[in-house]
Amino acid sequence: MNSREQILGNVRQALKRAAGQIPTTLAAPRLRIPLSDRNLYTTLFGQNLEKLAGKCIFVREPGEVVPALAELLQGKRAVASNAPFLATCGITALSEVESGFTDREQLRAACAVAEVGITSADYALAETGTLVLLSSPQEARMISLLPPMHIAVFPRARMLANLDELLAVLPNPAEQTSSMVLITGPSRTADIEQILVRGVHGPGEICAVIVG
Amino acid sequence: MTGAQSETVKQTLGDARLQLAIYSATNRLMTHRAGAIHQDRLPDYQQLRTEANLLKKHTIDHLDYYLELFEKNVAAHGGKVVYCSDSQEVADFVLSLARERGAHLIVKSKSMTTEEIHFNERLEKHQLEAVETDLGEYILQLAHQRPYHIVAPALHLTRYDVAEIFRKNLGVESEVVIEKQTAIARVALREKFLKADIGVTGANFLVADSGAVVVVENEGNARLTSSAPKIHIAVAGIEKLIPRAQDLGVFLTLLGRSATGQPLTVYTSFLSGPRQSGEIDGPDEFYVVLLDNGRTKLLADPEKRQSLYCIRCGACLNHCPVYRKIGGHNYPWVYSGPIGAIITPQFHGVLKDPWLPFASSLCGACAEVCPVKIDIPKLLLKLRSEVTEAKRREGVGGVERLAFQMWAWLMTHPRIYLALARMSGWFAPLLPKVGPLEKWASQREIPKPAKTSFHQWWRARAENK
Repeated sequence: MNSREQILGNVRQALKRAAGQIPTTLAAPRLRIPLSDRNLYTTLFGQNLEKLAGKCIFVREPGEVVPALAELLQGKRAVASNAPFLATCGITALSEVESGFTDREQLRAACAVAEVGITSADYALAETGTLVLLSSPQEARMISLLPPMHIAVFPRARMLANLDELLAVLPNPAEQTSSMVLITGPSRTADIEQILVRGVHGPGEICAVIVG
Repeated sequence: MTGAQSETVKQTLGDARLQLAIYSATNRLMTHRAGAIHQDRLPDYQQLRTEANLLKKHTIDHLDYYLELFEKNVAAHGGKVVYCSDSQEVADFVLSLARERGAHLIVKSKSMTTEEIHFNERLEKHQLEAVETDLGEYILQLAHQRPYHIVAPALHLTRYDVAEIFRKNLGVESEVVIEKQTAIARVALREKFLKADIGVTGANFLVADSGAVVVVENEGNARLTSSAPKIHIAVAGIEKLIPRAQDLGVFLTLLGRSATGQPLTVYTSFLSGPRQSGEIDGPDEFYVVLLDNGRTKLLADPEKRQSLYCIRCGACLNHCPVYRKIGGHNYPWVYSGPIGAIITPQFHGVLKDPWLPFASSLCGACAEVCPVKIDIPKLLLKLRSEVTEAKRREGVGGVERLAFQMWAWLMTHPRIYLALARMSGWFAPLLPKVGPLEKWASQREIPKPAKTSFHQWWRARAENK
């Protein structure tokens, strides 16, 4: 008997259940989505991200993104994801920005030396100041992870109230991606003497640019 | 508790620096939690706890169904579930995979389950390097220590300890500035991440309807571990299942707040397989190791089964008056505090460390703060009676039993009781200095018998009326 059969057998014996027995019905998931004014979400998002020492920039239209980022990007090596919205904003056309990677090793090598990683965000959660990134041909995992600074540029329409609204919109994220990550503020640790230090493994600086 | 154990407990109690470290770390975590679940911020906190308890109960009561559903969905996305009965099987699986793929270096993110099975030591015997990447765990691995706390593994060490550990093991100059120590670790570990062949993470939740592993963390090391190497292995106990991705609304809302007071930890990764076609990076292979290691034994008891609801937030440790004095290393296993006191005896047998269920004042703080409402005090009492029963069967613990039998006899013979009670004033002060009570009295204040007994006082009061 292999371990699988043994473990499942032991579980069934302990629970006095037969193989293939269907469980009792489970109540529908309780998703708590506040019914507040959607216009307030971006402000709330900004406040929450800033509480975590993140930065939030609001611009009216895609054309304003590049000037708004000029100071942050100046003279720095950056890698941008293949998200079409970044091209719309003119970010991928900048000379200091490398983009268009399709090869894992090349992307990783570029991210390992880049000072800034620029992505879009599939969603953002107002209640917690969270960015939601789904891995895809447009969004790679390393860009928001290896460089010491992460900038996420996304349209205002992607703002959701909270985690529960995300789960209502994406009831099963596995159907769309092999990896969804929720990013709430800069990487941090308090493992030595409970003293907060940012940027231990992931980016120590994070900046959201909300367009619209 | 053996003599050696009570010696180390005494050392902990006498170490003012360590006492302060435990006190301030747990205090900080308690304060943050209290702020995060405050009525104004999370008005339905109690409903969420009830919900979490019901969801966990439902899952554990139908665990075989959810295990198979999870397995099916992992396979549907190109991953593979590997069932392991014990630590040896986990090591065998990882070793054979490493051999087949020619892997030498493993990066690991924090996982209590792999601590439980001494994963690193087992692999090191076979020339596989397994590097812990959570800052606290990395320090502990270099110092060959086990975690002091589920959430804050290195809370007992100071920056000076860390400076010494880094100097000895990494060949760097002694560095006592915490930001710089963190930077040293970042550089050393970044190299490992980029070279590693396999990444091993734990799992906070296994989502049955999606076949996904959910990992929460603050540093980013779990993200790197799961996405930089070509192979990702998640090692989790079979009890980590939850039915649906949508149930994460309840569990994530409770977990971060209960652990560190964060509404969400910095990173929450929802990982459901190897990279899909077109995805630029991510692992090529994805395995989920489902570990039994004694868990199915716990399932058999309908009442004690609830120990498996634990989501490892550490709140019960922070609020426990016993943990807050004796710290993590005086508990015999990787799981410390109240939750350790109830699961350790169930994994190892009640007679291995029979003092564990008694290391509690039964104040109930643990049950009050448990986000999944495990009735820890009730289980402690149940385990106490099991310890006593097991001792009786083994023919030990006779003195205590005899004492209680004598007590029962006395209480049912009031005249003799009263006669003895009158005399107690003379010999009670001597009792703790001799015989079996000496040990008992060493930890307690012995009250002085009153000059007049209650009976005498009552009679005198009635006569004076």
